[in-house]
Amino acid sequence: MAKSAPARRPRRPAPELQFGDLWPYDPAPETADPRIRPAYGLFIGGRFVEAESGERFDSINPANERKLTELARGGPVDVDAACRAAAAAFPRWSRLPGAERGKYLFRLARLLQDRAREFAVAETMDNGKPIRETRDFDVPSAAAHFFYHAGWADKLAYLAPGRTVAPLGVVGQVIPWNFPLLMLAWKIAPALAAGNCVVLKPASLTPLTAVKLAELLQEAELPPGVVNIVTGPGATGAHLLAHPLVRKVAFTGSTEVGKVILRSVAGAGKRLTMELGGKAANIVFADAPLDQAVEGIVNGIFFNQGQVCCAGSRLLVQESVAERVVAQLRRRLQVLRVGDPLDKNTDLGAIVSREQRDVIRGYLRAGVAEGAELWQAPFRAPARGFYVAPAVFTGVTQSHRIAREEIFGPVLSVLTFRTVEEAVEKANNTPYGLSAGVWTDKGSLILRLATELRAGVVWANTFNKFDPTSPFGGYKESGFGREGGRHGLLDYCAVT
Amino acid sequence: MPRLPVTKTPKPYVGGAFIRSESGRTRPLHDAAGTFLAHVPLCTRKDLRNAVEAAAKAGPGWARRTAYNRGQILYRLAEMLEARRAEFAAALVRFGARRAAALREVDAATDRLVHYAGWADKYEQLLGGVNPVAGPYFNFTVTEPMGVVGVLAPAAPALLGLISLTAPVIVSGNTAVVLASEPQPYPAILLGELLATSDLPGGVVNLLTGTRADLLPTFATHAHLRGLSAVADAAERRTLDLGAAESVKRVRYTPDAPLATWLGDAAQGLEPIRAFTEAKTTWHPIGA
Repeated sequence: MAKSAPARRPRRPAPELQFGDLWPYDPAPETADPRIRPAYGLFIGGRFVEAESGERFDSINPANERKLTELARGGPVDVDAACRAAAAAFPRWSRLPGAERGKYLFRLARLLQDRAREFAVAETMDNGKPIRETRDFDVPSAAAHFFYHAGWADKLAYLAPGRTVAPLGVVGQVIPWNFPLLMLAWKIAPALAAGNCVVLKPASLTPLTAVKLAELLQEAELPPGVVNIVTGPGATGAHLLAHPLVRKVAFTGSTEVGKVILRSVAGAGKRLTMELGGKAANIVFADAPLDQAVEGIVNGIFFNQGQVCCAGSRLLVQESVAERVVAQLRRRLQVLRVGDPLDKNTDLGAIVSREQRDVIRGYLRAGVAEGAELWQAPFRAPARGFYVAPAVFTGVTQSHRIAREEIFGPVLSVLTFRTVEEAVEKANNTPYGLSAGVWTDKGSLILRLATELRAGVVWANTFNKFDPTSPFGGYKESGFGREGGRHGLLDYCAVT
Repeated sequence: MPRLPVTKTPKPYVGGAFIRSESGRTRPLHDAAGTFLAHVPLCTRKDLRNAVEAAAKAGPGWARRTAYNRGQILYRLAEMLEARRAEFAAALVRFGARRAAALREVDAATDRLVHYAGWADKYEQLLGGVNPVAGPYFNFTVTEPMGVVGVLAPAAPALLGLISLTAPVIVSGNTAVVLASEPQPYPAILLGELLATSDLPGGVVNLLTGTRADLLPTFATHAHLRGLSAVADAAERRTLDLGAAESVKRVRYTPDAPLATWLGDAAQGLEPIRAFTEAKTTWHPIGA
């Protein structure tokens, strides 16, 4: 017997309520005390010390341009002292039974969890990113990295079966300003688990959570010299990575600076991990679940105001759905909230610095000048602080600067394609190869693209996901080495 | 009257063909006794660039072969080397090796090919894996070849050194442009003849002869070479590192060492394979 088809109602577009700014949200500020001291020294040999020069520099809150604290301006002499402290700590630390080393890392993970709210607020004030991100992502992920690597410390022999695994010695690490605490955890946790000692230089724009973490190192009673933190300008980082005691260089930052560092350590025989820039393609096929894809596109480029090396800054959308995707995207962006990073309802906070905001503005002008069409969500900029409204460029071609260069801001370039081959060709047409995104309902197509895209991380029907167990790192000029998982840990070990 | 033997013109093996250097430059090669043997081409930067092009062309097809197939092809190389054991050993002896050492080197080179042939369908399970991320995602890491890799073989052992560096590069699907031992290029010439009659597709291994001073800077800076596997002295390392920085090239050095070290188990294994693979991690949500 034939089943009767259920009665069908003609499809109507879902009704949509747009209130504009009729009823504004009440402010919902996060009020936890960030416990910021008026000044911080360098953390060398387990103690806070002043820079040899006695100089200091300010860290400001990019959301309101107010001074947060001041920090010691470390220079070559301080770098040397820190490297010596690390080298002095190395013999004991590396010979400590792995289980004991691991317990220090477990302690750090727990201490960070205990003070998570405080760290989240401090990070938001120093960097400008929304409290929602620091609270739900940066700080918990940082703790997770310590927890994950803690468990490796007594299992290093399983990393390379049939071979001997040993620590390298003193590791010099320079990290960027976009995920200050998380990058610190990505760097320090595997280095210590493998038995190395560390000298780390945080970004000069965002040193706060690094020096706060030094307090945790003291609370954890980590042996003096195992981790040393030297704040200061970029030149101090260059001194650190070139220091003769440093046997391993781990750098996260731009490809441009990465190349300068590579040249500066040429011939020195140091082990290297370079996490450099990216210009990720986020590819949307016509059969993709478009609502989810739009959320993924938004998350891909506007997470952390787009100041992410793996940001999905090039949207490649199949021609047949391009108009619809762009329309949906614009509607979604109109309800993104840009403003006070400490407000729990804020989606996009402040850009890290005046300079970076001006760089982004420069790219907005360049995009328009080269003939692409700019659309920005309407927003009222706060009186002070560095803000950029979410921007979408359409009519972008591959030769445009906004489609080639890493912008590091909330700027999305939309390009279209017709065939799978064209999508792959366009996606791979860049010297970078850090990450890529694919949106489609077709499993075999996902696996094909996952194979053909030249990128270290491929997100299929998702974007910007990270985990301590999941190796992260690039192809081509996005760098080499991995962070996270067994792969990342091996990069901190000598295998013989 | 004794028959006049036919002498051979040595030709580097590039892109599946035997070439003379585009420059027409050669240098006379003398054996250990000082007897003239032949003129060996001095390949130039242009030859190197052509070789990279050939390697790039061969790359996708080689990488798409199944691991099983790549393993069998490497094993086939070992079979052919074994069959020409006496010829290779004689070549090494002619350039100064003692007979016993020459045989040990050829045998070790053969065994090294067998070693890496066996790796072809195994390294992936050791280097890749499924990652237990804290969320509803299927997350896995696989290895991929980097593309074209430059190999700078040591002066000695001329055969075993070259094979020890090249085999782990190609086993994962990379293609290689190799600069043979400068003082002893002849084993590489012979090896080219062996490769030409093997099942290895043309362009997967490209063998150049010439001087390091001429070619090293181009190996360092050529942007299509994604990696370098080299035995190099301190000054050469600096040149290579500086050039590699421009295109963020992966560089792996193997220390210069006596034959005994190259013969040992530590001269082979998973690490040389890992060094010339990229780890690619893919995420996908689990759910409807």
